[in-house]
Amino acid sequence: MVKEVKELVNRPDNTAYTQQRLPAWQPMLSAGIVIPGFVSIGLVFIGIGVALFVTSQSIQVLEIDYTGVEQSSPCFKCSDQTGKKCDCVMNFDIDSLFKGPVFFYYGLSNYFQNQRKYSVSIDYNQLTGDLDYFTNPDDACFPFQNDRNKPIVPCGAIANSMFNDTFQLFQLVNGQKKEVPLDGKGIAWWTDYNTKYRNPSVTPLRNAFNGTVKPPSWPQAAYELDTKDTSNNGFINQDFLVWMRTAALPDFRKLYRRITEGDYASGLPAGNYSLQIAYNYPVLSFDGRKKVVFSNVSWMGGKNEFLGIAYLVIGSLCVLMSIVMLIVYAKFKFPEED
Amino acid sequence: MTWTSPLELVRDALRGQRARDKDLRSLVSNLPYEGLEKGKQPNRYFPGNAIKTTKYSLLLFIPVNLFEQFHRLANIYFVGLAILNFIPVVNAFQPEVALIPICVIMSLTALKDAWEDFRRYQSDRKLNNMPCFIYKKQYMGRHWKDVQVGDFVKVFCNEIIPADLLLLHTSDTNSVCLVEMSNLDGETNLKQRRDPEFEPESFNSIVVCEKPNNNLNHFKCFVEKPDKEKVGAGIESLLLRGCTVRNTDHAVGFVVFAGHETKSMLNNNGPRYKRSKLERKLNIDVIFCVILLFAMCLVGAVGHYSWLQALPGVPPYLVPDSSGHLDSPSLSGFYMFFTMIILLQVLIPISLYLSIELVKIGQIFFINNDVDMYDPDTNSRVQCKSLNITEDLGQIEYIFSDKTGTLTENKMVYRRCSVMGTEYPHKDNAIRLAVLEGEETEEDVIFDQKPQPTKTTRSLDGSLEGNNFVDTRQHHRGRRRRKLSRSASTDVAFSSELETEVVPDRMLLQQLSRAQSSSGSGMIDPYLDFFLALTICNTVVVSMATAQRQRVISHWLPSPSGSKICSICTSCYRKRNRNGTIAEDSVIEEDHIKTPVKGMGSEDMDGLQTCSLHAPSLPVKPAAASDNLSYEAESPDEAALVHAAKAYGFILLARTPDSVTVRLPSGKELVFELLATLTFDSTRKRMSVLVRHPITKEYVLYTKGADYAIMELLGTPYAGMCSGNQKNIAADTQHHLDCYAKEGLRTLCFTKKVVSEKLYESWSVNRQRALAAIENREELVMDSAVELETNLSLLGATGIEDRLQESVPDTIVALREAGIQVWVLTGDKTETAVNIGYACRLLEEEDLVINMNLVFQLLCTSLLDCTLEEVRRYSADPRNVDTTPDISLVIDGRTLTMALESDLRDRFLELAKCCRSVLCCRVTPLQKSRVVKVVREKLKVMTLAVGDGANDVNMIQAADVGVGISGQEGMQAVMASDFSISHFKHLRKLLLVHGHWCYTRLANMIIYFFYKNVAYVNLLFWYQFFCGFSGTAMIDYWLMIFFNLFFTSLPPIMFGIMDKDVSAEVLLGVPELYRTGQGEYKFSTFWVSMLDAFYQSLVCFFIPYLAYKDSDIDVFTFGTPLNTISLFTILLHLSIEIKTWVHWVVMLGSVAMYFIVTLAYSGICITCNPPSNPYWILQSQMADPMFYLLCIITTVVALLPRYRHCYSPCGAWGNFMCLSRQLDRMDPCAREQWIKEWRSFRGSRGVKCSRFSTPSSPNLESPVDIYPQSPTVSDMGDEFTLNVLTDSCERTLHT
Repeated sequence: MVKEVKELVNRPDNTAYTQQRLPAWQPMLSAGIVIPGFVSIGLVFIGIGVALFVTSQSIQVLEIDYTGVEQSSPCFKCSDQTGKKCDCVMNFDIDSLFKGPVFFYYGLSNYFQNQRKYSVSIDYNQLTGDLDYFTNPDDACFPFQNDRNKPIVPCGAIANSMFNDTFQLFQLVNGQKKEVPLDGKGIAWWTDYNTKYRNPSVTPLRNAFNGTVKPPSWPQAAYELDTKDTSNNGFINQDFLVWMRTAALPDFRKLYRRITEGDYASGLPAGNYSLQIAYNYPVLSFDGRKKVVFSNVSWMGGKNEFLGIAYLVIGSLCVLMSIVMLIVYAKFKFPEED
Repeated sequence: MTWTSPLELVRDALRGQRARDKDLRSLVSNLPYEGLEKGKQPNRYFPGNAIKTTKYSLLLFIPVNLFEQFHRLANIYFVGLAILNFIPVVNAFQPEVALIPICVIMSLTALKDAWEDFRRYQSDRKLNNMPCFIYKKQYMGRHWKDVQVGDFVKVFCNEIIPADLLLLHTSDTNSVCLVEMSNLDGETNLKQRRDPEFEPESFNSIVVCEKPNNNLNHFKCFVEKPDKEKVGAGIESLLLRGCTVRNTDHAVGFVVFAGHETKSMLNNNGPRYKRSKLERKLNIDVIFCVILLFAMCLVGAVGHYSWLQALPGVPPYLVPDSSGHLDSPSLSGFYMFFTMIILLQVLIPISLYLSIELVKIGQIFFINNDVDMYDPDTNSRVQCKSLNITEDLGQIEYIFSDKTGTLTENKMVYRRCSVMGTEYPHKDNAIRLAVLEGEETEEDVIFDQKPQPTKTTRSLDGSLEGNNFVDTRQHHRGRRRRKLSRSASTDVAFSSELETEVVPDRMLLQQLSRAQSSSGSGMIDPYLDFFLALTICNTVVVSMATAQRQRVISHWLPSPSGSKICSICTSCYRKRNRNGTIAEDSVIEEDHIKTPVKGMGSEDMDGLQTCSLHAPSLPVKPAAASDNLSYEAESPDEAALVHAAKAYGFILLARTPDSVTVRLPSGKELVFELLATLTFDSTRKRMSVLVRHPITKEYVLYTKGADYAIMELLGTPYAGMCSGNQKNIAADTQHHLDCYAKEGLRTLCFTKKVVSEKLYESWSVNRQRALAAIENREELVMDSAVELETNLSLLGATGIEDRLQESVPDTIVALREAGIQVWVLTGDKTETAVNIGYACRLLEEEDLVINMNLVFQLLCTSLLDCTLEEVRRYSADPRNVDTTPDISLVIDGRTLTMALESDLRDRFLELAKCCRSVLCCRVTPLQKSRVVKVVREKLKVMTLAVGDGANDVNMIQAADVGVGISGQEGMQAVMASDFSISHFKHLRKLLLVHGHWCYTRLANMIIYFFYKNVAYVNLLFWYQFFCGFSGTAMIDYWLMIFFNLFFTSLPPIMFGIMDKDVSAEVLLGVPELYRTGQGEYKFSTFWVSMLDAFYQSLVCFFIPYLAYKDSDIDVFTFGTPLNTISLFTILLHLSIEIKTWVHWVVMLGSVAMYFIVTLAYSGICITCNPPSNPYWILQSQMADPMFYLLCIITTVVALLPRYRHCYSPCGAWGNFMCLSRQLDRMDPCAREQWIKEWRSFRGSRGVKCSRFSTPSSPNLESPVDIYPQSPTVSDMGDEFTLNVLTDSCERTLHT
């Protein structure tokens, strides 16, 4: 009896686990599975591709470059000025109805918002309305942390470099300028507006900013960003929120307004339009371009033909491959398949 | 509490240091100082017996472990990078975050180390608390840790000795204490320790001994009595810690070394660390990765410089320093280089080393747990001593094997002998062995096919014969039952029945009885002398069956890796033993063995026929006390010979250091005075004993040894009756020896020499001087032995069979088919070796055997040239183009020495490369290791050496992988080895299955690790082209770190431990897969996977890039799909690599973990990781259909090439791996059938030869004439034979 126990001391357990006999499964890929599989994947992909492509085709996009480096551009006079207020007007035509809701973007190219030191130059604690960080901004904001020993609010390079061109859109109806109403609400992420960015719960808001200074490049303080709508001030100013979400790529557009109201709720009708630009933001220092973009959107976002084409190409490739495989299979039936 | 000044303490410490460092230590008994405070104790400077093998203490664990870990270069690299991150101008992440990976890795490693150390601590504690008896006015029960230098310790039978003891007193009347050293140096025999005759109680002498050292065979000490008389003592009176006392009721010793100063602890060097070939390759690839990293960083630095340079002004997105200035582009570029290193550091896989360690632990676990490699007889599994070369098992190209004990069982069976030139074939014995063998294979023994044993006997009537037959059968059946029950127990008796029982040859018995009657009491007869030599000329120790020791299988050596637990088992089991529950089986067996002998001894010559085939039918018989003998021999040969002599009535009754007692067939007991034992050594190849004959009072020297060591020492003809034909005796015996060798028997020659008293006296003076010498003692002792061993008279020779181990031929064939070259290196004669070679299918019948046996180097050169030419011509022959060259090389030690000289080495190796197998005979241990080294270094191949004895240790250590077989010859080979197995056949599964698996798994895992890191890091690299090479990461730092540490680390580790590309059955059935598996990790494999990684990262980056181009996407929203796609690609890539989806759970778990962690992290964290902020990003992405569409298309495109590559249909017979995977899917029956068919398709040769799986043993009547008549004749001229042995196949069929 004792011996039996002793014998077992060293004997390995004969289980599926210790003997590495656990059930294994590997997809058995015979031609009978692979070829139909490829065909069906290919067909699905082609279907998705067609849907994406068609959707993308239906999106209208209108881009107007107003950098003003060319002498012919109406904005030429403004382009070499820095900081000075300058207005210019771009006229354009729309041939057919631009279906609404129309999104109005401003676009910058060659603008590296994703530059490392720039993109980390921000203090989220300050932007959640934490007053401790008003007086004592994070070191990440350096050198836009303090200005002559006074804390900068909002601090950091991103806030400081905020895009400050403003636009007004007019439709020319019988020589009369008819303003197209632009909707500036809800252009930022819901979470940014409601959770991430908070104004300090001090009323009036300007009291919270006592003892702080505005970012050096800003013409006005954060609490007076929007003179018309007082609730759109401070850190929850929609334009500010949009700017603070740093772009991933150097050529980007950011939502400026939406055209959803009045006569233009269903879109911009065909006709002549005039865009009045308050040209403030200098771009010559980095060879940048500025543009405005009108676009309508679909379920897949803005216009992008690439994804549709990619699906189509891969889908047809799959189908093609399965055809080739079928031919090969039919010709040289693999001997070990049977 | 007395106050001691610090000065005093320092002085005391210094004094202690000096006392420990002195060349000679003076120790006195602790007894007079009993009860005194510590400062007054004379032996206080010497460490106590408590041992501590732990590396760390509780308090110092963290600093010491950190220090250890920083010995690893990779850790320094990563910590350096983390520190670099604290420098503001170059940092890429928040400095604290960059510390996380290295901290996690190092703490995991520390955790592993701590666990291992804790296990060591536990085993230490168990060992320290083992009980022992210390003399404190009387013997008190104490623990091992309480033992101090200067104490008297009493050890009882079967107890383990707690410290190194100077033996003072034993209960034995001959004042010897028998000690089993199997725990220590592997000797399984009992050794005698001489007692210098002291009374422990009144001990007031000073023991002066040398400094502790690790030499187990040497100890210098003398005891100075109060009257200044000095008595010397050596290793023979030292009881070593860890040994076990046997057959001695109790012994008392004086502790000279305790604890860590004991010889066993000093010999204990802990586990071995070898670096595997794969790891060496891996390090090269790591260097490539470093180069790649630097190149990428350089691209980043130059890119950043030119980007800044191209800017026309100061854009608002460039962040100036405090004074409003920007760094110059070149300086920024320079800084950027370092930032890039930090950003892309993951390119060097940080967790790779830890993962490899974890994987190897897992692999070792599975190897250890393989039930196929478990041996129930010895209750032992495979042991992996080296923890980090498992994958080398899959890389072996050359195997160097010992023969005795490795290929053969090393269970010596006496087969036949030749006395005075007459051969006694022992046919009955052969039949008995055949019966036993049949019994072992559980087959019915068909008696009719054997020659009737009794036909040759004188006077046995038929009815008796019939009865006896029945008896025999029943008896065998009974024996089989007992055998089974015995094999269930672990306490295996030293010798099995097979070895102990010998059926005497009738002719020889007659001859013997005639001799005995004619010689009268003079006892001068060559036949009697022959048997006396058999009985006396050895070092066999006789022990009583009542005190039969249990063979301890566990290896006690207190290694720090925790094997000490074994010793605890031993001790428990010892206790049980002392209570009197000795395994019944062994007693029964013992009785049974003795009974025929008893019959022999008690009956007179007329009853000789009773000693025929039939053993007594009653297995249990009350036996006389004097018959309860058990022989403990240093080598199995000796035991076999003593048992053989016993069968003829010459019974070794007792052996003390001074005398040997032998009972003669007449029942008379003779006590020989033992004057000297000239022990065996590998140079002399013989041993002798010098005894004084009790009747004739002559000094007689009996020598036994290898034939070539004896034959040249033969001198004047034997003085006895056959003086006329002495020359003939030598020639005849030589002829018999050659025949034995061809049968594969081990041969020994026995000689006698009568030494004149004068000669003896002068010699013994020399001998004493030699023994007393301090310098060159070994040489002098050997010289003195050589001096006496001259002019020997040949008595006869014996042939002992060493049977092949189970399924050795199959294993060798399988290994050969796996593309491994098998070399056998043996000390045996060429003929013996060649015969065994055929038997184990190392040599095949149709092989071309090249026999190299030369004396002169010049001839060796020309022969090598000649043979090479021959071989080339052979392979150039159009008839032999398709076949593998079936050339085998047999070379002897002397020629080998020449062939390995620098000028011939290359030619020899070239020849050896062409040969299927190489057989080296008569090689010394040193030559064995030299052969291994030369082949390993010159041919640049992976070598494995397998052996079981002390003579294989050199070879085992020289090879890349050393495998020890825990067999009959103790544990020395096992201790030196990396892996230990119990049978040669286990090598097959160890290499073909586990080696293949371990290697494929690890190689694939390492490649995957490289791939994974490159594929992921390159995403960041491509992004640099779109962020001005500014070192931005578009993925949140935490998620990036988690990605490598958690989301993608577990699947590859599981892959490394558990993946099975091909099942074990197929791997064993198709050994060719082994060779195919070796190419998994090539230089090209690495670069192919690197290219794949580049391709995949390009796809994973640019498809989302193109999809999001010109949109309002922000940094992290862009990075999130990239991260997700990367995860899918990397995991699905693994699932293509994985051949078995055992761990799909882990994969799904990883994906689930990614989503859960990321969702939670981006759902909760608003400001927890400034300035990075992934708040709600994955949530918003997951609400967007584009995200899914993007993930699908990118993953598909990224994996399409690899999928295509891996699942391309395999050709008809081309791709083994592919084929075998299909095999795996068949059901077992169909698979077996298929393998069989495939075998026959592959080569009809294999099938043809399998018909002859039973070894061919050339009959004595038809000696194979290709071998030189005898090696001693070879000085007539160097000869070599180049014969095609194709016809021997047919011959065996006919005979």
